[in-house]
Amino acid sequence: MKIGVVTFPGTLDDRDAARAIRLAGGEAVSLWHADNKLQKVDAVVLPGGFSYGDYLRCGAIAAQAPVMKEVIKKANQGLPVLGICNGFQVLVESHLLPGGLIRNEHQHFICRDQKLRVENVDTAWTNQFTLNQEITIPLKNGEGGYIATQEELARLEGEGLITFRYLDLNPNGSMNDIAGLRNERGNVVGLMPHPEHAVEPGFGPDTDVAMRSGVDGLLFFKSVLNALVSA
Amino acid sequence: MPKIIVEVMPKADLLDPQGKAVASALQRGGNKDVTGVRIGKRIELHFDRPITDTDLANARKIADEFLSNAVIEDVVNVTVEN
Amino acid sequence: MALFKKKIASGVDTTANAAETPDKEQPWKELGLKEDEYARIREILGRRPTSAELAMYSVMWSEHCSYKSSKIYLRQFGEKVTDEMKKHLMVGMGENAGVVDIGEGWAVTFKVESHNHPSYIEPFQGAATGVGGIVRDILTMGARPIAIMDQLRFGAVENPDTARVVNGVVSGISFYGNCLGLPNIGGETVFDRVYQGNPLVNALSIGALRHEDLKLAIASNPGDLVILFGARTGADGIGGVSVLASETFDSTGPSRRPAVQVGDPFAEKVLIECCLELYKANVVAGIQDLGGAGLSCATSELASNGNAGMRVQLQKVLKRDESLTPEEILMSESQERMMAIVPKKDRKKFEAIVNKWEVEFSILGEVISEPRLFINWGDEEIVNVPPRTVAHDGPVYERPVAYPSYQDALNADSVHARGLYRANDSGSDLGAQLWQIVTSPNQASKSWITDQYDHYVGGNTALAMPDDSGMVRVSETSGLGVSIATDANGRFCQLDPYQGARLALAEAYRNVAVGGAKPMAVTNCLNFGSPENPEVMWQFKQATAGLADGCLELGIPVTGGNVSFYNQTGDIAIHPTPVVGVLGVIDDVARRIPSGWQDAGNNIYLLGVTRDELDGSVWADVIHDHLGGRPPVVDLAHEAALADLMHGASLQGLIESAHDLSEAGLAQALVESCFRFNMGARIWLDEICERDNVDRTCALFSESTGRVLVSVGREDDVKFAGLCEARGIPVLRIGVTDDSGEIEIQDVSTFDLAEMRTAFKATLPALFG
Repeated sequence: MKIGVVTFPGTLDDRDAARAIRLAGGEAVSLWHADNKLQKVDAVVLPGGFSYGDYLRCGAIAAQAPVMKEVIKKANQGLPVLGICNGFQVLVESHLLPGGLIRNEHQHFICRDQKLRVENVDTAWTNQFTLNQEITIPLKNGEGGYIATQEELARLEGEGLITFRYLDLNPNGSMNDIAGLRNERGNVVGLMPHPEHAVEPGFGPDTDVAMRSGVDGLLFFKSVLNALVSA
Repeated sequence: MPKIIVEVMPKADLLDPQGKAVASALQRGGNKDVTGVRIGKRIELHFDRPITDTDLANARKIADEFLSNAVIEDVVNVTVEN
Repeated sequence: MALFKKKIASGVDTTANAAETPDKEQPWKELGLKEDEYARIREILGRRPTSAELAMYSVMWSEHCSYKSSKIYLRQFGEKVTDEMKKHLMVGMGENAGVVDIGEGWAVTFKVESHNHPSYIEPFQGAATGVGGIVRDILTMGARPIAIMDQLRFGAVENPDTARVVNGVVSGISFYGNCLGLPNIGGETVFDRVYQGNPLVNALSIGALRHEDLKLAIASNPGDLVILFGARTGADGIGGVSVLASETFDSTGPSRRPAVQVGDPFAEKVLIECCLELYKANVVAGIQDLGGAGLSCATSELASNGNAGMRVQLQKVLKRDESLTPEEILMSESQERMMAIVPKKDRKKFEAIVNKWEVEFSILGEVISEPRLFINWGDEEIVNVPPRTVAHDGPVYERPVAYPSYQDALNADSVHARGLYRANDSGSDLGAQLWQIVTSPNQASKSWITDQYDHYVGGNTALAMPDDSGMVRVSETSGLGVSIATDANGRFCQLDPYQGARLALAEAYRNVAVGGAKPMAVTNCLNFGSPENPEVMWQFKQATAGLADGCLELGIPVTGGNVSFYNQTGDIAIHPTPVVGVLGVIDDVARRIPSGWQDAGNNIYLLGVTRDELDGSVWADVIHDHLGGRPPVVDLAHEAALADLMHGASLQGLIESAHDLSEAGLAQALVESCFRFNMGARIWLDEICERDNVDRTCALFSESTGRVLVSVGREDDVKFAGLCEARGIPVLRIGVTDDSGEIEIQDVSTFDLAEMRTAFKATLPALFG
C-alpha cells in the first residue's frame, strides 16, 4: 500500500510521517508541492510544520499548491487523507473540513503529551481504535485553536463528526475541546496533535511502564492500511 | 505608486486572542478607557500603471478567495490609493 | 549609516582614489579601530584604505570576529592536546564548527555561540537570530542540523526589566527553533542580578553527517564560481559586530543603536533543505555561512583558507534595499545567507536545485590563484587586499592582567568564616529550607520555558529536559547516538575562575556519563566582562587555563567555541561565565538511563563522597544571600572513573536511573528524581554524615563534585555493589523508592510529592506567565 506524504516549503514532520507509515507496514511515497500528479498513491498524509512560514494564514498558501488541486479532487472521490497540525490547517483552508484554526488562547507555543478521547472509529484513519479509547499523543503548536460558528458546531456534534477531543486539559482554547474531526464521508480526518511522534518505542511520550514508550499513534497508520485492504 | 488596499478583520463574533491580549496589556498600562481591541490585516496590492475598474473587481475576488478566510474573517475594505 | 551616505553623492571611494588621496580623514575611530590598527592597515596596503576596505577591516578586526584579546589564551586548547585526544577529531578549532568521528562512518559537528548584546536590545530577534546563526554554522560543515540547546542567564526575577528579556528571548528561541524543525533537547536557565544589564543568550547546535559529506570553508580552485544565495541583503545589523560586541553599555543604556538583525526561520528551513540537496549532488566545493561581518567575512575567509583569492562584483549582490552603499553591503548582517564555491561544470546543477527550492542566488565572481581579494563596484575597484590580513592575521593583543583587588577578601569570606547559621538541629527548619531552595527560581521547574520548545520533531530524541543530557539517535539502523550537556557556574567562577572552569567541565562530563554515553569532545562559550579591565583578563586567563588543563586531564579535546567579551555595564562586569558543552557517544540509544526512578521498591545509592563545601552554593545564595569562600574541589581522575562505572553499569543494564548532583546538592537531585515519573522515596542521611563526617546541612545541600544518585533494582544490587567496589567508587545505600506519594527524609521532613511538585512547577509561571 502506497501512502503519499506531501512536502511544502517549510514542512517539518514529513520524514516522521514517512517513518510512521513504514513502521505500520506501508510504503511511504514523497510528494512535492509543485507536482500535479499523486503518483498513484492509495492515501495521502499532509504532515505538520510551518508551510510557507505560516504566512498570510497557516496553511493558506499551501492550500493553493498544484498538488492540493489533485488531493482535493481525489479526496472528494474518497481518497483517504490525514491532515496533521499544519496539515489540518491546510485541510480547513482547502474546505475539505469545516471551521477555522486560530492562535492559541494563551499566546504561547506549547509542546506537551496530550490525552485525547477517540470519539469516532468509522473513519479511514481511526478504525483500529475502540470507541472512546483514551490515547496520549504529542501536541506542539501555536495556532491550534479550533473555532466554528454555533450552528456549525451544533451540526458537527449532532452528526458525530468530532473525532478527537482533548482530555484533562484544553491546550489551546479550541471550542468544545475539539482536537480533530472528520468529513461526512469518513475519508478525510484532521487533528492538531501529532500521531507520527508516538509510533516507535523509545521515542514517544512517557508512559507508566517506561520512559518514551507510548505508541498510540501507530494505530492511525495501521487503520488506513486496514481500510485500504478491506476496500 | 498606485495601490489597492485590502483590509481584513477577524469575524465580529469570533474570539480574537491577539486583540484580547493587547486589550489586557492596555488596561494594565493604565488605559482604562479602551474597552476592547481587535486586530486585523492591511494588505497592499502594488501596480506599475493606473488602476482600472477591472483591477478593483479582481482585487475584491482575490480578497474574498485568498487574502481572507471567509470562515473566520471579513473583508471590510477594498479601495484604491494613489 | 551617516558616515557612508556622503559617498553616494560623490561616487565610490576607489583604490585608485585612495592611492591619490593619502591624507583624507577617515572615521576609523568611530568604526572601532585603534590608531595603531589603522596605521597597520595603511602599512599592509601601502596606501590609505578605501572606505570599503576600512569597513571590512573594522568589522573583521573587531573583538567578536578576530578574537584579538583572547587568541593568546585560546591557543592552549589546540596546544594542550595529545595524539590520543586527536584520534577521533576530524575538524578541530578554527573552522566553523568542530567535527568528531562517532563510528560507523558517521560524524557529528557541534558548537555553542553567544548572541548576548543583541538579546538585551531586542530580546526576541536577538535570541532568534542567535539560533539561526549557530544552525548555519552546523549546516555549513555539510551536516544536517539535528538538535539545538540554549543556555540563558537573566537578571533578578524581582526586577521588572527581567520579564521583558525572558519573554522575548524564550519566544524568540521557540519561534526560530520550532520553525526550523529542530528539537530543543536541553539547556539551562539562571537568574542572577549580575546579568541584569547583560543577559547571556548562548545557543548550541549539533549536526550529523557521513564522513564523506564533510564540507570546509575553502576556496582553492581557480575558476570556481563564488555564489551568494539565500535571503537578500538589507541593512540588518550594520556595524553590529564591531560596534555592539566590542563595546560595553554605559549605565544609561546602549550607546549606539544600529539596525537589529531580523530573522526569518522559514527562509532558513528552505535554505537547509536546499543546501543538503546541493551537498548530495556534489556541486559545492566549499561553503561558508554569513554571520558576523557578513560578506566581509565570507569572502576573506574562504579565500584565505584556500590560500587563494577572489574577484567579486559587489553590485551583483541581490539587495532588499536599493539604497545600500557598497560599504553597507560588505558590513550587512542580513540573515539566512550562504556563500558557495561551485566548480563551473556544476553550475547548471546548482541552479536547478536552488530554483527548485525557490532560493535566490547571485554569481558574484570567481576564485583566482593570486592570494588577493579584488572587489569591484561595477567598473570601479573598491577593495584590493590580501585576504589573509583581513581574515586571519588580525591584531593579537596581550592585554594587561591583574589579580583582582577584591579576590583575597572574597576567598576569605567563607560560609564558615561568616558563621552562617545551619539548621542542623531542627528537622522542620531543614525541611523548610529544602522547600525554599527547590522552589526558588534557579532551582524550580523550567517547564514553563521548555514546553515552548518542540522536542519531538525528527523522531530521534532519546533524552531531553528535564534529564541530565540531551540525546539524539543518529543511525536508525544501529541506534548509534550522541548526547550533549552544557554547564556553567558563574558564582564558582567568581570565587576561583580556574577551578570554576574545571567544575563546569566536570559537571557537563558527568551529565553526559550518567545518561550512559561516553564523553568525547568539548565546546565552550566564554562569557566575560571587558578585556580592557585587567581583573577580567585575569579571570579569562585563569578560566581558559583551567578548562584546557581539565580537558587534557580527561583526555577529551576542545573542538571549537566562542568568546563573548564586554558583558558589563559601566564598571560592573558579570561573573566570569564560561559555558562548557561536552559531547558523548552511545552505541545504542536504547541503553540510555533516565534521570528519575519509575519503580517502587528499588534501592537508592549515592556514589561519591560528600564534603563540607557550601561556599558559593545555592544554599548560601537562597538562604543567606551570600557569595564567598572557595568553590568545591574537583577530582577529574575520580570523575573519569565514575563515568567509566556508569558506562559499564549501563552496558550490563544494572541501573534503573541516574541523576548527577550539582546545584543544591542531594536535596535537589532527590526531589527531581522523584518528580521525574512521580515516584516517591524514603531516604536517610545519618550514614552519609557518619562516613563522610559532615553535618545534615552538608548532607543535603553541599555541592561536592563527583556524586551521582542512582536507583537499582533489587535483583541487581549485588552485581552493582561489586562493580563499584571493583572500580573503587565509594557507594552508600541511602534509601528506597516507594509509591506512598511522599518524599521522606528521615529526621528531617516528609513532603507530599504532589504538593511539592505543584509548587516546583508553579514558580516560573507565577513570575513570567
